[in-house]
Amino acid sequence: MQQTSDEVLIQRIAGGDRLAMQVLYARHHVRVFRFVLRLVRNEATAEDLISEVFLDVWRQAGRFEGRSAVTTWLLAIARFKALSALRGRKEAELDDEVAEAVEDTSDNPEVAMQKKDTGEILRKCLTKLSAEHKEIIDLVYYHEKSVEEVAEIVGIPENTVKTRMFYARKKLAEELKAAGIERGWP
Amino acid sequence: MNTNTKLPERDEIEALLPWFAAGTLSRKDAARVEAALKADNELAQRFELVREELGETIRLNEDLGAPSSRALKSLFAKIDAEPARRPAASFDLAGRVSSFIASFAPRTLAYAGAVAALAIVLQAGVITSLVSNRGGDANYKTVSVDPGQGAFALVRFAPNATAADITKFLEDSKAVVVDGPKNGMYRVRLAVTGMPKEELARIIKQMQDNKTVGFVAPVQ
Repeated sequence: MQQTSDEVLIQRIAGGDRLAMQVLYARHHVRVFRFVLRLVRNEATAEDLISEVFLDVWRQAGRFEGRSAVTTWLLAIARFKALSALRGRKEAELDDEVAEAVEDTSDNPEVAMQKKDTGEILRKCLTKLSAEHKEIIDLVYYHEKSVEEVAEIVGIPENTVKTRMFYARKKLAEELKAAGIERGWP
Repeated sequence: MNTNTKLPERDEIEALLPWFAAGTLSRKDAARVEAALKADNELAQRFELVREELGETIRLNEDLGAPSSRALKSLFAKIDAEPARRPAASFDLAGRVSSFIASFAPRTLAYAGAVAALAIVLQAGVITSLVSNRGGDANYKTVSVDPGQGAFALVRFAPNATAADITKFLEDSKAVVVDGPKNGMYRVRLAVTGMPKEELARIIKQMQDNKTVGFVAPVQ
């Protein structure tokens, strides 16, 4: 059975079709939520933001020109909403988060090795990256976005996308090294 | 840190590994990476690290769970509070143009065709006049008198583009309408002479990013 394309759903949403809105939401809300949650680090805020993201889709569907994939458009809206929410957050709250992140790095190499689970350590290190680095790693690895699509979502040139991904991976390798995992790269 | 530095070939291939692992490279780039991986053991080892990162990033994200039904309820409460919608707008610009044209009487259509033709003639005339006033350059003169030479694109304008938008777009792009509309498409000249493929692709990409344009493609 063939699935209705996202583009057709958007077209129907532009005409006020609530069912199409529900289908689009059901199809993409989890990934959009996870993308936002990784940036804002607060579930309640992320939930509020995804309803805002899809409300924008409802309002702007008529203006969607189909130049990029619907998921790329969704993530670009989500990113904008998440960054706006982050900017509005109190500095004290952010300071607490930074302190929390710093405390997280306290495992010495021996303790880390005892965990004997490289995957677990790698996931922990992924959470310690800066928002900019987390974002690009998630877009490439989890949201399966091409260089061109990442450039569109983040609003940077394609070459910068490649180099930013490179430096995000380099930073991840440094975090792993600090946690006792030497990968021999970079 | 200069993030726009052009990477040497091997570094460039290495930079593409994450997209190769995720399966989001173009066929051409994927073939380049595949060939490099076969020939370079060290690169192949690094690719294993990328695959490990890919797997753990997916796992990390999947472990994040899903939002509660509160988000959906909140969304539809907001949608219900929105003003009622007018009937659906279609994406099919060609269809829209056809419907729009079909709504006119034959006499009006003939008039519109004449206006479009006149616009093209006027545009050519204006260029000729400009060039003549400048004292003349043979190449520029060719623009208005010989529409067969140069680099061209087919353009379909966005449905909400106004005449002012289109004029500004043509000016900014240094483009000249030489023919159309045919099926809603206009043929525009981008340069008096031919241009390298890369340059043409760059200009087409720029035009694609312009909100005035619904569709654009290079054409002979």
